[in-house]
Amino acid sequence: MSDVLTDPRPETAAETATKVVDCDIHPSFRTPTEILDYLPSRWRDHARAFGIRPPNSMTGALAYPRMGGGMRQDAWPPTGGPPASDLEFMRAQHLDPLNIEVGILHCLNPGPSLMDLDFSAAYCAAMNDWQVDRWLSQEPRLRGTIVIPQEDTAAAVAEIEARATDPRFVQVAFVPRGIEPSGRRRYWPIYEAAAKHGLPVAMHTAPYGWRENTGAGNASFYLEEHYAVANPIQSAMTSLIFEGVFERLPNLKLVLVEGGFAWAAPLMWRMDREWARMRDEIPAVRRAPSDYVRRQVWLTTQPVEEPPRNADLKHLIRWLGADRIMFSSDYPHWDFDDPHRAFRIGLKPEEKSAILRDNARAVYGF
Amino acid sequence: MGKHVICRLEELPPGSSRRVDIEGREIAVFNDEGRLAALGNRCPHEGAELCHGLIRQFFAAEGAGEYEGTGKRMLRCPWHGWEFDLSTGQSYVDPARVRVRAFDVDVAPGEGLSEGPYKIDVYQIATEEDYVVLTI
Amino acid sequence: MSTLTIDQPKQDLRIAGLGAVDCDVHPRLPMRADLMPYLSDYWQDMFPYRAIDRMELVGYPVGTQPFNRPDCEGGNKDVSALAKAHLDPLDLSGAILNVVSGAQGFYDPYLQAAACEATNRWIAAEWLDRDPRLRASLLVPFRHPEAAVEEIRRYRDDKRFVQVLAMGMGEEPLGRRTFWPIYDAAVENGFSLCVHGGSVFRHAPTQSGWPSSLTEEMVHWSQAAANSVASLLSEGVLTRHPELKVVMAESGVSWLFATIWRLCKEWRGIRLEVPWLKESPEIVIERQIRMTTAPLDAPPGGPEEMAALMACTGSSDQLLFATDFPHDHGGDLGVWPKELPQDWAADVARNNVIATYPRLEL
Repeated sequence: MSDVLTDPRPETAAETATKVVDCDIHPSFRTPTEILDYLPSRWRDHARAFGIRPPNSMTGALAYPRMGGGMRQDAWPPTGGPPASDLEFMRAQHLDPLNIEVGILHCLNPGPSLMDLDFSAAYCAAMNDWQVDRWLSQEPRLRGTIVIPQEDTAAAVAEIEARATDPRFVQVAFVPRGIEPSGRRRYWPIYEAAAKHGLPVAMHTAPYGWRENTGAGNASFYLEEHYAVANPIQSAMTSLIFEGVFERLPNLKLVLVEGGFAWAAPLMWRMDREWARMRDEIPAVRRAPSDYVRRQVWLTTQPVEEPPRNADLKHLIRWLGADRIMFSSDYPHWDFDDPHRAFRIGLKPEEKSAILRDNARAVYGF
Repeated sequence: MGKHVICRLEELPPGSSRRVDIEGREIAVFNDEGRLAALGNRCPHEGAELCHGLIRQFFAAEGAGEYEGTGKRMLRCPWHGWEFDLSTGQSYVDPARVRVRAFDVDVAPGEGLSEGPYKIDVYQIATEEDYVVLTI
Repeated sequence: MSTLTIDQPKQDLRIAGLGAVDCDVHPRLPMRADLMPYLSDYWQDMFPYRAIDRMELVGYPVGTQPFNRPDCEGGNKDVSALAKAHLDPLDLSGAILNVVSGAQGFYDPYLQAAACEATNRWIAAEWLDRDPRLRASLLVPFRHPEAAVEEIRRYRDDKRFVQVLAMGMGEEPLGRRTFWPIYDAAVENGFSLCVHGGSVFRHAPTQSGWPSSLTEEMVHWSQAAANSVASLLSEGVLTRHPELKVVMAESGVSWLFATIWRLCKEWRGIRLEVPWLKESPEIVIERQIRMTTAPLDAPPGGPEEMAALMACTGSSDQLLFATDFPHDHGGDLGVWPKELPQDWAADVARNNVIATYPRLEL
């Protein structure tokens, strides 16, 4: 029975030789206050005097505390500091053994969601400087994601303009739990700026935001919250479609990160059905919603869903298309996926290379 | 099947673990509060090295909020937290389909180790010390 | 490539003749004048005095176009119209009436209770008493669980009420302990639980606020249904009551497989947080979660793909036939949905329904 799992087979020579693009790596500060070194003194003083205030209920713990501190237990660098704070160890544990040709950084940080908009702009600029200083200038395989103060549209566009000429930054980060749905008009200049520079917009799931995490209020358990973190990227994709953003910006690329991908197929079917019967309400949406998804949206794989019968994953790949999904590991977090073991079905070789590498090469032009 | 001397017992103090590679196998050996245990080192799920996992008791609950320690020792995979019975290697979350191999592991006095079936590649055996011996 | 082969006959299958039970039918909303005879003297004073009349949810706007088939105008205004427009032509052996109204939208817990009670009495007197094919969902005030429990007990012997109706986006996530007395009373008296699409707008329908269009908002009903399943599962409601069936109504069908796949993965890594959840989620969900078939949000490709989808979800036993009458999903209501294998019809239209509702006597 192919579903029985015992001691796993060793990786084959072909797997070891496969080059991989990892669309989601999370670098970390060495110390909680490392960002202060990258802030101008005016904001360093502000942070010390008044704190760093996003709409998160506490500092020093998460309101939905994670298993194992949210980390791979083997990812703590022997030299000290938190997981993914040490480039040397990241190379030895992750980039080298998995044969990663490009790893794209996502800095999970409060900058885009700070309630003080001027501090938000300063914090995001500091995050981008930190990415360059600590990672992008040190390791040519790593690429950056431009962090922006998204609730201050003009400042966000200015930050994109300031970084867009640096080829080490390959996309713009937009937190899908903004003050308004992601496709609303206030955010359009951000998408226009990204599209103008040919930078995809990457939306990564977020553990807190301005609203409750379900339409019925906040869930109780991390189990539910970790399920619901996939909701905002679903909502963001829906919003960009129904607000007409993809219709206006046919060159805009949207990459949805760390929400898995099984939901995308039924969501396309549902959107198409509702659009077909209610399109008079939303005349700016001129095509079936799934057309925009197939033209302009990609999903990263992690956390790969685990069907009770592994083989059922084949149905999903057929419904969604192997051209829509790009491998991501989420290193160094606990729900990390291994490129050669996360898909426990026999993918065709061309599907596997598309998912592990080729789709990302095409989307980002590597 | 053979018996392998892994290390001196003092090199595997309580609360520690180590990976050993024997006969082409990776094996994780644990000293759980003085009791030794050994499991295949790779998690059947995505291949994490179980020697980095935590050993804790199994918590059960009859109803919501009624947490109850059972005393049963479980290994938590260092990546995705899947729990394995430390003595049998059986998975809690998918017992019918998932299991890691468990191996016999014991403490043996140095005296006598230089004779019989033991495979000693690395160590100079001192008769006054105790050694960790794995049967594979 | 699908391993499932469906031999679908070319000709349409008529609903008439199946002895079908329609598990989601919507009578018109009661107005103040309808409810007045069923209110206490205090609320008979207050309803007109405080201008309470139409009670239509913006998060479930039944007066709008998508909620009204153009060929059924007035078809849900009273029992005889419903019989003529729907029950007779489909030769239904039963139909479950769902009133999704502002009765559960008031903030005042006593007003919510009064509106629910009056609506139930109106449904019993004006609908159930007048056609033996009709059944209904019981409205209860989730903002006042003690009163909800009383209402459930009051209808213990009136088995025409087969389930308790909850909003998909209501006061709080449905699994919360606050609501447990409601579920305990429901199970004690053989009621199932219906989680119906729509919102009372206690919370924004998305994690980043309020969508601009009704279209975009209604897309989110499936997401709300998925979160309700996650809540009922994680909080331990489903495993506290393994005999309880939960019917996800008017929320689509195809989302559930993705929810199961992800919840299975979550549980394997996070079950330590909820050790009372001892079974893998797919086992609990296949045993207890049911879905109505309108709308389906079926995969393109016909019944063969639908069969693959339900194999990914669990089994076709999780489906309950419904038309969502008079809401407008197009098509010919008298014909078995083209997306569904015809050889499922006997089970989906009738047998699964009987197995889902212990109180349903046909």
